[in-house]
Amino acid sequence: KYIHIINKADMAASKGLKILVGCKRVIDYAVKVRVKPDRSGVVTEGVKHSMNPFDEIAVEEAVRMKEKKLAGEAVAISVGPPQSQETLRTALAMGIDRAIHVEIPLAQLEKLQPIHVSKLLAKVCESEKPDLVILGKQAIDDDCNQTGQMLAALLDWPQATFASKIEPSQDSKQLRVTREVDGGLETIDVSVPAVVTSDLRLNEPRYATLPNIMKAKKKPLAKMSPDQLGVDLQPRQEVISVEDPPVRKAGAKVESVEDLVGKLREKGLVK
Amino acid sequence: MQFIRPVLHSQVCTSARPSARQFLQKLGKSCSFSLNSSSTRLYSTEFFPINDELYGLTDEQKQLRQTIFQFCQKELAPKAQQIDAENDFKDIKKFWRQCGELGLLGVTAPTEYGGLGASYLDHAIVMEEMSRACAAVALSYGAHSNLCVNQIVRHGTDEQKSRYLPKLISGEWIGALAMSEPNAGSDVVSMTMRADKQSDGSYVLNGSKFWITNGPDADVIVVYAKTKPEAGAHGITTFLVERDSPGFSCSRKLDKLGMRGSNTGELVFDGVRVPADRVMGRLDGGVYVLMSGLDIERLLLSAGPLGIMQAACDTAFQYAHIRKAFGQSIGQFQLLQGKMADMYCRLTSGRCYVYSVTRALAQGSRQPMDCAGVILKCAEDATQSALDAIQILGGNGYINEYPAGRLLRDAKLYEIGAGTSEVRRLVIGRAINNIYKS
Repeated sequence: KYIHIINKADMAASKGLKILVGCKRVIDYAVKVRVKPDRSGVVTEGVKHSMNPFDEIAVEEAVRMKEKKLAGEAVAISVGPPQSQETLRTALAMGIDRAIHVEIPLAQLEKLQPIHVSKLLAKVCESEKPDLVILGKQAIDDDCNQTGQMLAALLDWPQATFASKIEPSQDSKQLRVTREVDGGLETIDVSVPAVVTSDLRLNEPRYATLPNIMKAKKKPLAKMSPDQLGVDLQPRQEVISVEDPPVRKAGAKVESVEDLVGKLREKGLVK
Repeated sequence: MQFIRPVLHSQVCTSARPSARQFLQKLGKSCSFSLNSSSTRLYSTEFFPINDELYGLTDEQKQLRQTIFQFCQKELAPKAQQIDAENDFKDIKKFWRQCGELGLLGVTAPTEYGGLGASYLDHAIVMEEMSRACAAVALSYGAHSNLCVNQIVRHGTDEQKSRYLPKLISGEWIGALAMSEPNAGSDVVSMTMRADKQSDGSYVLNGSKFWITNGPDADVIVVYAKTKPEAGAHGITTFLVERDSPGFSCSRKLDKLGMRGSNTGELVFDGVRVPADRVMGRLDGGVYVLMSGLDIERLLLSAGPLGIMQAACDTAFQYAHIRKAFGQSIGQFQLLQGKMADMYCRLTSGRCYVYSVTRALAQGSRQPMDCAGVILKCAEDATQSALDAIQILGGNGYINEYPAGRLLRDAKLYEIGAGTSEVRRLVIGRAINNIYKS
């Protein structure tokens, strides 16, 4: 195992890496999402929300790196409404040390986009100076898959997206990240500080135990505003409409390959 | 909320996040955006939501419910049907270990033995969510964590606690409690199992116990026997018996109507020698251990039928909104609206009663009347709600592919175990008589 060959002094100070983990509060995966009658968005009022599943994986990775002594401190951050604090409490209950909540007023929430979030995170990175930022690869509400990449660009840091494994590199001076790409797996070495986004197979998140849920209450949770960070939340895009996807029409069953080819010909799909 | 000292769980609980993971896998392993947003519509509301605001739960308790819900839905719920069909929970040892890692087997036990040092209400929440996933396994869980573990916590000497609690709480051992006998159920103090004192101070147990949950699997059993048969109820003593004691055996596993998978057995004690330091509580004072334990047992177990009622609502309400007849979903017809309303009110009022009494107990106030009342009400309501669930599912409710039938068979047990409904009514009636005694 690689643990015993790590020279801690190599890994950005003998105290271990400082990790910043992004958590987004999204509509729970199990909820049946409904489009608002005015087609301006989806119904969020009274709907169950929870932490974005990819962010749970990111939190778990940060906690594991702490347990392996690769990291010394893990900080969770969430950009969102007041209720994002619940999401941060879940992260704290999983083992994160402290949390930061960048509170977005309700009026601006619907128009918040990855460009804004990445700018806010970049500002926080300036003061927090983490060695590693781990974000979920995408959020299950907008599926943008942009924040991690934008953040790396703003900070001019290396990025390793869709990570399925994070470990120290051979010489222990960098991070070796295995990425899930269309063609298979790609392994790259990135120097710290860096931005990594978590993919599904990075790990399996733990359940928060009751003792940790109790402990989480005492962990620090700091609040910030976009104004304090000096970030302009002016939307760059305008959502014109949100609609249900077309209802899937019933198919027809065929008895044989000949039938199938015949039907395809009928529809003009094959010559 | 009392401060909880850090628990010695250094081991990471490697159990996975439940269906969220399957959801993500279904969305496509792709590293890019292959997300077909219509796939989110596959996941309709599978569970009837619980409004925790109604019950005055703390934030920690709400989070606890979330955690246990996810854990049980992933690790237990998918196996519930098979466990019922086979009358066996093959993975019980593995599941016990997972529960141990989460601290669930010793919710009310002190932290120095690996417990959570938490309240009866926390324990009830765990019991409820586990029962929602699989009532049979939850019953075994209740017998282990409350009937066995909690009794040792309340009455054991320091030596007994040190010897038994750590492994019971880590999940390495399974616990049970044995009071009923083939001829002594409701009239449990008429039990005939003898515990005869020997010249070296030890006791020899002779007799048999019946309907013992976890009996076939238990490593440690809290056993009640008569040290002074002529003194009737005041001749009972509590003993801690270990599985490998010579003369002890489980003669058979019972084939039950419901709670199949919660192994229940007949235990035979044929000259089982128990050392003197395995006496729990006062000699001949076992009836107090038994009766006070029964109150807490009834209270904690009443979360079992709560979970069953919740499961009935989960299954039936979803079905009623998917199944169509005469051009609309059947849930919109008045007669079914009525049924769903009744199921909802039984569930919600039951929860309020259970949570209130557990809170009172946590403050130190134990009322036998309410401990009996809570399980009396919830058990009978659960049976009724399970019947309603079957009816809402109609023909499908009668097929074992659907869970409604199992919910009914499981619910019925709670009207019998831990004191039958008749005994519970006696307890309450007599308590009321007492108030007016001149």
